[in-house]
Amino acid sequence: MSSQAKQRISMRAVLLSIGVLIANIAVNGLIFMFFRDSTLNPLITAVLAVLWGVLGVYLIYYTLTWAVEQYPDDIGKRVLPFIFIGPAVILLGWLLVLPALRTLYLSFFNASSEKFVGLSNYAAIFSDHLMATALRNNLLWVFVGTLACVAMGLLIAILADRSSYEKIAKSIIFMPMAISFVAAGVIWKFIYYYQPGDEQIGLLNAIVTFFGGEPQAWTSMIQPWNNFFLIIILIWMQTGFAMVIFSAAIKGVPEDILEAARVDGSNEVKIFFRIIIPYISTTILTVTTTIIVFTLKIFDVVMVMTGGQYDTEVVATQFYRQFFMYRNFGYGSTLAIVLLIAVLPVIIINLRQFRKQGGF
Amino acid sequence: MALKRKKKGKKTLVNIILGIICFIWLLPTLGLFVSSFRPAADILHTGWWKVLPHQAWSAGETIQLPKEVDLREPIAVNGTNYSDDQLKAGVTVDGKRLLWENRRARTINVQEKAWEFKPALTLQNYKNVLSGKEYKLKEADGSETLQKGTGLSQAFWNTLTIAVPATVIPVLIASFAAYAFAWLRFPGRKTLFVMIIAMLVIPLQVALIPVLKDYTSLGLNGSYLGIWLAHTAFGLPLVTYFMYNFISQLPKDLFESAFMDGASHFTIFAKLILPLSVPALASIGIFQFLWVWNDYLVSLIFIGNQPSVQVMSMKIADLVGSRGNDWHLLTSAAFISMLMPLAIFFLLQKYFVRGLMGGSIKG
Repeated sequence: MSSQAKQRISMRAVLLSIGVLIANIAVNGLIFMFFRDSTLNPLITAVLAVLWGVLGVYLIYYTLTWAVEQYPDDIGKRVLPFIFIGPAVILLGWLLVLPALRTLYLSFFNASSEKFVGLSNYAAIFSDHLMATALRNNLLWVFVGTLACVAMGLLIAILADRSSYEKIAKSIIFMPMAISFVAAGVIWKFIYYYQPGDEQIGLLNAIVTFFGGEPQAWTSMIQPWNNFFLIIILIWMQTGFAMVIFSAAIKGVPEDILEAARVDGSNEVKIFFRIIIPYISTTILTVTTTIIVFTLKIFDVVMVMTGGQYDTEVVATQFYRQFFMYRNFGYGSTLAIVLLIAVLPVIIINLRQFRKQGGF
Repeated sequence: MALKRKKKGKKTLVNIILGIICFIWLLPTLGLFVSSFRPAADILHTGWWKVLPHQAWSAGETIQLPKEVDLREPIAVNGTNYSDDQLKAGVTVDGKRLLWENRRARTINVQEKAWEFKPALTLQNYKNVLSGKEYKLKEADGSETLQKGTGLSQAFWNTLTIAVPATVIPVLIASFAAYAFAWLRFPGRKTLFVMIIAMLVIPLQVALIPVLKDYTSLGLNGSYLGIWLAHTAFGLPLVTYFMYNFISQLPKDLFESAFMDGASHFTIFAKLILPLSVPALASIGIFQFLWVWNDYLVSLIFIGNQPSVQVMSMKIADLVGSRGNDWHLLTSAAFISMLMPLAIFFLLQKYFVRGLMGGSIKG
């Protein structure tokens, strides 16, 4: 084959691939416009939208790889990986990496992002009373919440392992994981519900009055203790997560080590602290990390339960307020960056762990 | 023998403690579930546990006070004096309670404790919350008021429309990427992958402001596509990591022969990798689906206040804010939003658990 012929093929391939790309953009763009302006029955719109969303993505990959196959093999081989990872990288770059950098940039500017103010947003955040409260509460959430989830998770995993109805018990504890924080908020608002007088419809106050106590407005009473009542919701929801993973890890502890310890006369408590805990320490670390990351971003619970009133504000709700209510882009961005800085050690630990596992 | 008995005793103790914990764990959801079926007036006046058999004061005989009794003075009933306030609140004597039946008619009711079991349950709350039509609400005093329903059904479809593609798209994109990271060699592979791993823990708050700005200029705000893309991007790191763990473990010779036969990478991926990955796809898919279904923050920011696209979590949060004491609406709405996650949880628990452990138990 002459080099000219080869070039002609490439020329055709180039045209084809460009055509495919343009066609993809055009078709999907048109469909998008159609959906945006459509006045169809919502149910039909929903079905069509789902079809488009799912098939559209598959077709994009399909047409693009087809276009690449028109190229000579060696070129195609080099391009193909980038088509496979392309959408993921583009989306992450556009919606996560670049925004993070832009947020960092915005955090050095004033409320309307027009004037450069250096580090003064950061200074303001650490001196502002509201912000300080939000930061303090977030620390409270992370420490108390994570500690309680991990401890409860371990306890229940151990208990379930020795009980006669392990499966049901684990399902019950795990179930709140499937519930949204908003729904959980409703559930717990009802439990903490307070009304003056004798008859209480909130479970907690009913118990308190049953034992002769005074009903309390749990989520707004003596600050900062009300925060603990919100944290209980997190514990209720996340303990199941910790438990499931601990339970799997505990089952991995070799039976002969446990038997040997029992023969030596160690009691169960000793076995737990001397053998089981050290054996599953990596799992404990990962679970703790996951819950910390999760708790740092806590938002929905506070928003639904108190709306951040009564000194229950956390960083994420403050962020929302600064950005959407006060239109203070500077503060909003700074808060997000503070959150990111708080997570940095966790990122580093995770990457180290990942390298240790020999991921690459 | 003694050892065995000791062991058995221990097991009973474990069972009891675990039983108590389970009971506490279940109680909040149970309360919500029961309340959602109770008439509005009942919820506001008695606790939901009153649907169980319980002791309550029931009306007994009536005492008619003579006309000349001054209600401001101590009132003599059966030889003992009570104040007006006492009778208003009800005083208990010898296990019986004295209470004004009708102060103006001067009648006092002598009530006795009796077992009561007549739970009034209704589907009204669900009808109201789902239909969005006007409906009648019976007040405690017997009068009726008209109330506008909340129309959660539209929000239910919206949530589904958002959640299905926002699950399939990231899982698909992540699987393609995971395949490339695991089995194709290209420059920048390691760096890119490590970056994706690092993004696992980035709080999505850092992305919200700039992404919202982009969306506003592109007209993506409040559109399905916009929210799909957002959920896809925010879910991608975890899904990619999880799928990479799975796909990279597949035996190499399995598709090497297919490659020898001249199959393209796309064919191998579509015909071999995807079918082989079904368990992994299912488990991480469920997890992503629940995450999107339960999401509040992302929807709140990218959907805004367009009712036609609003999802359930937003509607319920709105309800909590605007009608915080309408427990009949709140409880049934919350329960409707929980139906899908709970169904998935109970039906596909096995996969759900695997999806959770995929990213975290390794190592």
